[in-house]
Amino acid sequence: MKPKSGLTRFHNCFILRDSKIIKEDLWIRDGKIENPEQVFYVEQLQADVTVNCEGLLIAPGFIDIQINGGWGVDFSYDSENVKEGVRKVSKELLSHGVTSFCPTMVTSDLEKYRKILPLIKKSDGGEHGATVLGVHLEGPFINMAKKGAHMEEYIKTPNEGLKTVEEVYGSLDNVVIITLAPELPGAYEAIKDLTQMGIKVALGHSTASLAEGEKAVECGANLITHLFNAMLPFHHRDPGLVGLLASTTKQQVFYGIISDGIHTHPSALRIASRTNPEGLVLVSDAVAAQGLADGNYRIGPQLVTVEGGRAYVTGTKVLCGSTTGLDECVATLKRSLDCSLEYALEAASLHPARALGIDDRKGKLNFGYDADFVMLDPEQIKIKSSWIAGECVYKCDKN
Amino acid sequence: MRLIILEDASVVADWAARFVLQRITQFAPGPGRHFVLGLPTGGTPLGMYRRLIDFYKEGRISFKYVTTFNMDEYVGLPRDHPESYHYYMWNEFFKHVDIEPSNAHVLDGNAPDLVAECKRFEDLIAAAGGVHLFIGGIGPDGHIAFNEPGSSLVSRTRVKTLAYDTLEANKRFFGNDISKVPRQALTVGVGTVMDAKEVMILITGAHKSLALAKAVEEGVNHMWTVSAFQQHAQALFVCDEDATLELRVKTVKYFKALSEEHQRMIAGVPVHEQRVLH
Repeated sequence: MKPKSGLTRFHNCFILRDSKIIKEDLWIRDGKIENPEQVFYVEQLQADVTVNCEGLLIAPGFIDIQINGGWGVDFSYDSENVKEGVRKVSKELLSHGVTSFCPTMVTSDLEKYRKILPLIKKSDGGEHGATVLGVHLEGPFINMAKKGAHMEEYIKTPNEGLKTVEEVYGSLDNVVIITLAPELPGAYEAIKDLTQMGIKVALGHSTASLAEGEKAVECGANLITHLFNAMLPFHHRDPGLVGLLASTTKQQVFYGIISDGIHTHPSALRIASRTNPEGLVLVSDAVAAQGLADGNYRIGPQLVTVEGGRAYVTGTKVLCGSTTGLDECVATLKRSLDCSLEYALEAASLHPARALGIDDRKGKLNFGYDADFVMLDPEQIKIKSSWIAGECVYKCDKN
Repeated sequence: MRLIILEDASVVADWAARFVLQRITQFAPGPGRHFVLGLPTGGTPLGMYRRLIDFYKEGRISFKYVTTFNMDEYVGLPRDHPESYHYYMWNEFFKHVDIEPSNAHVLDGNAPDLVAECKRFEDLIAAAGGVHLFIGGIGPDGHIAFNEPGSSLVSRTRVKTLAYDTLEANKRFFGNDISKVPRQALTVGVGTVMDAKEVMILITGAHKSLALAKAVEEGVNHMWTVSAFQQHAQALFVCDEDATLELRVKTVKYFKALSEEHQRMIAGVPVHEQRVLH
């Protein structure tokens, strides 16, 4: 009897590695991706388990850095059973190929931050659900003029920089991204201090000029929240935040894009992607109605009707947020851009990992990386199974 | 010596793979009874490896009880460098078949004591009971493994400093920068290969035709090290038409006339019966 090597080999598959889809086996052990060549020559071991993938494509697990809820759960509203809500969404996300995500809270009152924030802890994923990378706080330090659906009465200015930010949110322990408007008083100081602490700052819900945007980037901001939405439209004399895509600042600026086929016109997607291909980060920006069957619901303070998978404010044709999973966003992006499948997949995995600075362990299928991945049908971009730390956490029953 | 002249490189690849299949199958390896194979790298044997992988996938051959020894490796090149022979063997062959990692031996060009590494390799071959079939290619200057012109024809596994011509020829694999080409290599000796029970040399392409002519039509000469195999009891040269360009018409006709006999070698005729063929 040979000793157990603890190695699993996935074969008869294609994998996305170094931005290319190649015919290659994937080897994993102890939740990490292994280098089989080194296992063969140095350790002289063989795999305990060999999985025949029947020609499927293995891609890094998707990372959603902006998701407000889903399946009836609203992260910003349900303060009574936060843990249950996060658990539910994280479980459901697995079927969309999302293996890590940032639960996102929109502008809320102080009490909600106090109640909800401490309960959304960073946690490792598994069969129970996707990895919680940390919370994305969208607001309240946003520009009133670009508030979108955010509640006006809770909007604030970060007058005293980090001090105000901490006063409003309470502890920042569970936070990884903060979306704010850089033109607000105290914002630059806040950006400097937050990014020093390792929190990523995203610019959004803002009327910032390009100069203000560039200054924010110099202070450490590296993201733009849902590009084109809730910011000044592109103007040739002052391109505003959109201009950051082609700015001469040295840092790579990433930008969230909702490619659900509704929020951003395909042509706008192409403009963004061609100007700054490496910065495109797919986000679902999904709301509580994501994943619900057609019918009437009460989500937070709102009555919502779901019809054909789209969520409307009941009695109107007003869309109340995206209801599209990240897997569909990948498919839509590919269609809209007519880009390679590699690029579309990396926009949902490698790019967000880079934006968060976790691309040393997630977002790629390189040796030593976390074995978070999806198996998909490359033709239809359909998730067949999702894996976290080498464990199968979701399997599609349907063919 | 046999010279088997086939149509082109793909037929050579197929023939060589069938020959390996035939030899391993006849040997009927099993636990405690390993077939020992000597293996080359490079462009010429690539097609043979691919055919062997096909045979494996079709369930016609298993490498579970096959032990392999590779001919050579650069010194100081990282194991996972795309030009290292470890990398080649892993990607072109080992990872596709069921060979046991502990039975696949490649010289370690990064060993702290290179001389000891060469001795270890020779000892391993001896411990495996010698090589049943050594497969090799040749360079345009008639070298086998890294036994360049002038190498001793009774040499054993050792460290070789590479000739300038070899560095020049190999720089295309290292970004055309001769300073990046390793200066030294570990290689089995001509004597090491000569000890194998059977040797099969693959030669394809017009650029190898002079080397083939020197190997089979002229005398044994250390300036064309592969010519040493004229004195091997069971050596066969498998070449394509292009590689015969420098041979005499008479030589080509003589060996082509025997082609029917040669085809029997891959047709399941027991090895002991083949020994009477020539």
